[in-house]
Amino acid sequence: MFSKSFMDELLKPQQLYSHRTMKTVLTRLAHSSIMRLNPASMDRLYELMIMAFKYQVLLSPRPRDLLLISYNHLDAARAFVRDTPAVLNQVDETHRKIIEVYSRLSDGEFQLLRQTLLTFLQDVHTRVSVFLKNQIQNPSGRFVLMTSGPVPAGVDVPGLIRTFDPRGREVGRSEFPPGGTYSGSVGEGSFELSGDRVLRLGQNLQFWFCLVLVEPCGPFSVLQLDRTNPLAKEELNLLARLMGCMKAGSVPAAAPRFRISLFPSDPEEEEEGGAPAEQAAIFQVINIQAVQDEEAASALARIAGQFTDEEAELENPSGSKGDDLLAMMDDL
Amino acid sequence: MFHKEKSIQLKNSASALYNNLSVLRIAPRRLTYFTVVHANVVNMVSTSWDGLNYSHRQLQSKEPNVATSTSLIMQAAFCALPSRDLLVVSSQKGIQMYESDGSIMVYWHALDTPEAPTAHAVFARGISAVSDNYICVGVSSGAVLVFDVPSKGSNITLSEVLEEHKEAITDIASECSGSQEFLANLVTADDGGNMCVWKSGEEFQLLNKIPGLDMTCSSVKLWKGTVLAGYGTGQIRLYEAVTGILHAEVNAHARWIYSLDIAPFSGLLLSAAEDSFVRVWHLSITPETNSVEIAHLHNECVTDTQICGAKFCDGDGYAFAVTGYDLSEIIRYVQS
Repeated sequence: MFSKSFMDELLKPQQLYSHRTMKTVLTRLAHSSIMRLNPASMDRLYELMIMAFKYQVLLSPRPRDLLLISYNHLDAARAFVRDTPAVLNQVDETHRKIIEVYSRLSDGEFQLLRQTLLTFLQDVHTRVSVFLKNQIQNPSGRFVLMTSGPVPAGVDVPGLIRTFDPRGREVGRSEFPPGGTYSGSVGEGSFELSGDRVLRLGQNLQFWFCLVLVEPCGPFSVLQLDRTNPLAKEELNLLARLMGCMKAGSVPAAAPRFRISLFPSDPEEEEEGGAPAEQAAIFQVINIQAVQDEEAASALARIAGQFTDEEAELENPSGSKGDDLLAMMDDL
Repeated sequence: MFHKEKSIQLKNSASALYNNLSVLRIAPRRLTYFTVVHANVVNMVSTSWDGLNYSHRQLQSKEPNVATSTSLIMQAAFCALPSRDLLVVSSQKGIQMYESDGSIMVYWHALDTPEAPTAHAVFARGISAVSDNYICVGVSSGAVLVFDVPSKGSNITLSEVLEEHKEAITDIASECSGSQEFLANLVTADDGGNMCVWKSGEEFQLLNKIPGLDMTCSSVKLWKGTVLAGYGTGQIRLYEAVTGILHAEVNAHARWIYSLDIAPFSGLLLSAAEDSFVRVWHLSITPETNSVEIAHLHNECVTDTQICGAKFCDGDGYAFAVTGYDLSEIIRYVQS
């Protein structure tokens, strides 16, 4: 994904994608690992990604902070691949390229960029359980905008009126109630290749979806999984092992006992029958929220790193003009 | 001081664009028109003063002869000239002018758009009528197009191109006090916060340049010879137009300001920003003694909304209307 030709294509000036094109690109990215999602789950994943993206774009304190959010993303990617120098290099190159392309934009141009992104994200109000639980989103689907807290870098706390004489000397000062409780800015983050970004938006742990992991328990699980493709069972086994939930060395003769449900109302769960309450009684359900569970999140990070390992080096096709981004992705 | 009234529902939500609300009061017919931009569509609502009748219309940004071409609209604004009212729509492709009810397009001006997308966006933004017969529209290159508008018909012509700004135009405003005594009657603002002050005529005359401090001026007004400018830093500044003297500076908002408006008969000022607040201020300007005062009167908070448009509905400031990003309604407030 961080290959030079893919990034070069991505960073060319171009019009905004439609939702359909965006979903196609993200579907291919999602399937570049061993993960396979049926259309319904892919739809849900897309909505989730869009809402997470919308949250970051909307709440970005200054338009230029979209860069800091992106650098938070890149810092996280760097952490995943730090043991693989070739890929680490690609991430660094990508970061350098982004700095080169975007650093020269003015604040006004960043705001235009943000406004265009907001147009793409308009009217999507999917409710995301991890956002609802953390009170980032209302039941109506709208994000919570605080009228308190630190002001962005370069902005003064509202409440002051100053008047000047023709020579520029201050001759009067008065205050007004700003309606919110604001405090001074906490300073600007670093826009360099590395540094303290200060901004927490875009940091890895906040935006992983909620995982519901089902613990092994009893013969019922065997029945459930019999219906699935044996290869899929093995893949799930591998995934579960990587997550460190199965004891090392245990090779169950019986079918594996894990189902990973990525979404609370997985259609497959419903198909396999039993009211949710019944299912909950049969299976022990552990809710893992990446925000709180460091261990699971870092295990996931390891997995993601291993997936990146497997991507082949992208061959530059012919470098001819008009290479479609999607065609590029066919080689991934 | 103000209380909320019944909102007007829109056919779709407002886009995050500066000055994304325009209001035209038609006294003889006891109607008020509102326009709000959604991506490539202008939503128009016509409301009767008794609050009983609403009618909706949608205009798309389309080149007249190319059926399927659409582009994002940057701004839609009513231009009230002595002889006629027009609705001007500026987009990534060009500038369209309609009769004020949106029924007929009377003029279309295409921008020079390059074949392939370039690093700099091309669009028109910033719209204002000035003196008796001109409409000015800004362009992303920094140019300001001056159109000469006859009292009726579609014989609108491009009269002049003003090239003083180097950055994309954000907003344009004309002197709204109704008085002829002020030398300057137009101000143009850009992405870098730079402002130019002009006197209109067959050839527009540049009277003054007020340098920006690299902070975008997103909304500007001109009243009694005083420029009122709203910035991305949340500040409002008051300058004397022809001299550039800074009269006052207000740390008004915690986020980017999206809209300023003046009620010219009462001196009320409205400011609205991404921080969810709309604030009402009072201006006292006495040009003779060169005294300018600004006082805060009132706050309204539109919960969980980044406001993108706020306008008074009448010259006294008795009522005002507000739009927000992703909101499908026009919220109205009336003096208590």
